[in-house]
Amino acid sequence: MLAKRIIPCLDVKDGRVVKGINFLGLKEVGDAVELGRRYALEGADELVYLDISATLEGRKTFAELVSRVAEAVNIPFTVGGGIRSLDDASRLLDAGADKITVNSAALARPELIGEIAAKYGRQFVVVAIDAKKGPDGRWMAITHGGSKPSDKELFSWAQEAEARGAGEILFTSMDHDGTRNGYPCDTYAALSDRLSIPVIASGGAGSVEDIAAVLTEGKADAALAASIFHYGQYTVAEVKRQLAEAGIPVRI
Amino acid sequence: MIAIIDYDMGNLRSLENALDRLGAAYTVTADPGTIRRSDKVILPGVGHAGLAMDNLVERGLPEVIRSLRQPVLGICVGMQVLCRDSEEAPEKPCLGIFDAHVRRFSPTSGCKVPHMGWNDIRNLEGKLLRDLESGAYVYFVHSYYAGLCPDTVATCQYAGQLFSAALRYENFYGTQFHPEKSGSVGERILQNFLAL
Repeated sequence: MLAKRIIPCLDVKDGRVVKGINFLGLKEVGDAVELGRRYALEGADELVYLDISATLEGRKTFAELVSRVAEAVNIPFTVGGGIRSLDDASRLLDAGADKITVNSAALARPELIGEIAAKYGRQFVVVAIDAKKGPDGRWMAITHGGSKPSDKELFSWAQEAEARGAGEILFTSMDHDGTRNGYPCDTYAALSDRLSIPVIASGGAGSVEDIAAVLTEGKADAALAASIFHYGQYTVAEVKRQLAEAGIPVRI
Repeated sequence: MIAIIDYDMGNLRSLENALDRLGAAYTVTADPGTIRRSDKVILPGVGHAGLAMDNLVERGLPEVIRSLRQPVLGICVGMQVLCRDSEEAPEKPCLGIFDAHVRRFSPTSGCKVPHMGWNDIRNLEGKLLRDLESGAYVYFVHSYYAGLCPDTVATCQYAGQLFSAALRYENFYGTQFHPEKSGSVGERILQNFLAL
């Protein structure tokens, strides 16, 4: 049976992981390659590396990091942050990334999704959507790390992204991200029902129960999490063991 | 020396990295002589089966591949082109090593296409899958599958379909999944191939 995926997310700035300080026995705290290997050994199904560097120099360091991750890690990994063009995507593919994620750049120029998918296949393109529920109850996509609203409604934008060649949708509710109060499961289920590509849930997990809920009621195919792993609240192995006990198919 | 066949069907970086981690020597090539002389051959591939066949034909490789007697491993679309034919390109016969037809998954309720992620493989047979437990998880990304046939040496189930996760005929092996991305299980499979 196809397993639900658990995906730790590592935020990287100037080549080093910004979060993630509580791994016992880890010699080089913050080393992005070492952390990735550690997660892979613990049973992570995939990894996501997000470049949050603001400088050109930081971006260059990130591409070098992607090569080192590809050499060291034996599971699939996705990279994102600052991908604006087909050339940016090509550079990361050449460095060894299995998938890339685009967010603001796809909102600004949706054709980008199709350009990357046509060249490298849709399995390579993850479209990330950050959205917020407006006063009228509609979920609207927002750009630039949650600071600018767009004119795209979540469901129609996700469907458009799929039609243009997205292989997966990574949806983060900005109303839940960082709260550790759980995911908006109804919204995830509605999104999943409208798409024929996998949905990755992100942002809001405070417990294994939250993750279990979004993978069942929320019909998500995968859950991405940062804080609950980085701060050592749970290991990936512990989360997967508890999900398995709850009857959710996971790779153990 | 392993020859990785380079026929412009996707990035070979992860396969190269996986072989590097195992300390295996390889060369990336489309040269018939180099391929024939190598101890083992890997035919990778991501993308459209029809394009894969076109690219092999353009490089004069179908006959070269069919005539190989050393162990050959087709991965993903590389496995599919070793089958008889594919619904993805019905007008183009494939290499016909494995006695399987390749069909498209029909989306069923709750099952998305492509079949992407970790799924378990069962009914494992033969040296390529030696030392693996039934139910081991491996990483798949595909919309087309090879049906069951006498060459099936591992099965997987998705979208109500039991299909060939791995195939073998004489010196030819194929995996629908990506051993180079399948964690320690994938490493074991690649080691088994290297040890053939």
